[in-house]
Amino acid sequence: MVNMKKKKIEIKDLTVAYLKEPVIDKLNLDIYENEVLAIIGPANSGKSSLLRCLNRMLDYNPAARIKGDILLDGESIYKDQDSTFLRRRIGMVSPLPVGLPMTIKENVTYAPRMAGCKDSSELDFIVEDCLKKAALWDEVKDRLDGLATKLSGGQQQRLTIARALSHHPEVLCLDEFSIAIDPVTTMKIEAVLNELKKNMTIVMVTNVINQARRLGDRTAMMLHGKILDLDQNENIFGGKAKDIKTQEYIEGLFG
Amino acid sequence: MFHPTQHLLNKEIKEKRFKNLLSTLTFFLFLPALIIMFWLFLKGFPALSWDFLTQDPIQGMTAGGIFPTIVGTFWLVIISVLVSCPLGVLAAIYLSEYAADNRITRIIRLAILNLAGVPSIVHALFGLGAFVLFLQMGTSILAASFTLAVMNLPVIITSTLESLKAVPHSFREASWNVGASKLQTIRHIVLPNSIPGILTGLVFSVGRSAGETAAILFTGVAFYLPYLPQSVFDQCMSLSMHLFTISTQVVGVPEAYPFATALVLIMLILSVNSISVVLRSYFRTKRKW
Repeated sequence: MVNMKKKKIEIKDLTVAYLKEPVIDKLNLDIYENEVLAIIGPANSGKSSLLRCLNRMLDYNPAARIKGDILLDGESIYKDQDSTFLRRRIGMVSPLPVGLPMTIKENVTYAPRMAGCKDSSELDFIVEDCLKKAALWDEVKDRLDGLATKLSGGQQQRLTIARALSHHPEVLCLDEFSIAIDPVTTMKIEAVLNELKKNMTIVMVTNVINQARRLGDRTAMMLHGKILDLDQNENIFGGKAKDIKTQEYIEGLFG
Repeated sequence: MFHPTQHLLNKEIKEKRFKNLLSTLTFFLFLPALIIMFWLFLKGFPALSWDFLTQDPIQGMTAGGIFPTIVGTFWLVIISVLVSCPLGVLAAIYLSEYAADNRITRIIRLAILNLAGVPSIVHALFGLGAFVLFLQMGTSILAASFTLAVMNLPVIITSTLESLKAVPHSFREASWNVGASKLQTIRHIVLPNSIPGILTGLVFSVGRSAGETAAILFTGVAFYLPYLPQSVFDQCMSLSMHLFTISTQVVGVPEAYPFATALVLIMLILSVNSISVVLRSYFRTKRKW
């Protein structure tokens, strides 16, 4: 049972506001170790802001005001953690692919290099390992020294995933990772995620409801900065959603 | 069948007319530059010689060359660039990458804009008060260079800020996302991709310093010096000041001399600017996104 598992992340009374209206409103959420938590919900419901709180990316947005606390392994990420250390423990894949303006290899080794790794054989290993995990290795193995920005959008997105895996995160946050990827590749990556969840916790925001159904252990439905519904996938997608809006959203009647 | 309405036809005509208007105006912008260059060449070229460039002015500046003024201009430009570049670029990095958007930084930005609008003669008075008198540098190359540096700071800061802003925010975020610090992000992501723009701004400010007259007038430039500057605490002559002097203050200067001096000055600035063009096109071929 998931409920018996250790709590990896505890979000406590989190409130985030950019202007006056809060985009996340007194949100409480526990995320368990080695689970895949899918977050669904219509646009503007605060899904992405929630992910950006997890790795403290909102620190750099001077307009964002954050209240409440988030615990990672029982320690506050705001009080007990340096933000750059925290971000090494939390991998983040943004919705729009970002190939950094350097070679493919340099992209994947960026995080380890910034952490001081200079061992070229170790870096080579990371490149191959992460690119394979992101289902990109076969396409780029002959041009690792080519510019990452010349890759197609879908390839860059998989590169972003490879880069996020390169620092061995404990939690992997995916924000709409499949937005620029074709269905076949998406399935490849989903298979990889199923493999990865054995050693890491995965939080994914998705607009593809079937993706939440396929990948998630639990699914949370967000609306107006609150969690409307949070349950095991069997219940959410098994017609037992507690909230009628969740049911309607899943069925495509609302959103 | 598609038949364009009268409105669509008129739109096409207007489009063409507007484009012609713009191209004509642009051509007229080019014209003054062309005429100035042509006129300077015509009048100044006969007086231009190796001796003119390498000899001291003699006989009350009515004969000889302009060597000390070229040396002085080099001193002034190099020292002012050494002062203003690090200061300006670092300030721009702070404003762009670190500073929060609050009242203080907004006041700083406003101050920079205003500094850019201050006339150079006012900078000269500031330099006289601050560097020559208060810091007791005396009228010297150092004081004049510092005055030039202050004058160039807003230009460098603004152009550097623009270049830094041109680097997409998503690059920074991707770098932060994997746990790189702000400094690492600046060093490995932001600077490598904004260096062409920064260099261009710097080189243009060099050109501006070389031609500046008013700002160095009270702070370190001499009407005439019988010797070359030995240290930064000496005064010096400068091309721009010399041009003013022999054009208006000295009687009996051959007509070609001021033109030749202006030609040297303008060639110097143009060659510096062309370095920036070369740099920019070099970096453009290496552009990575």
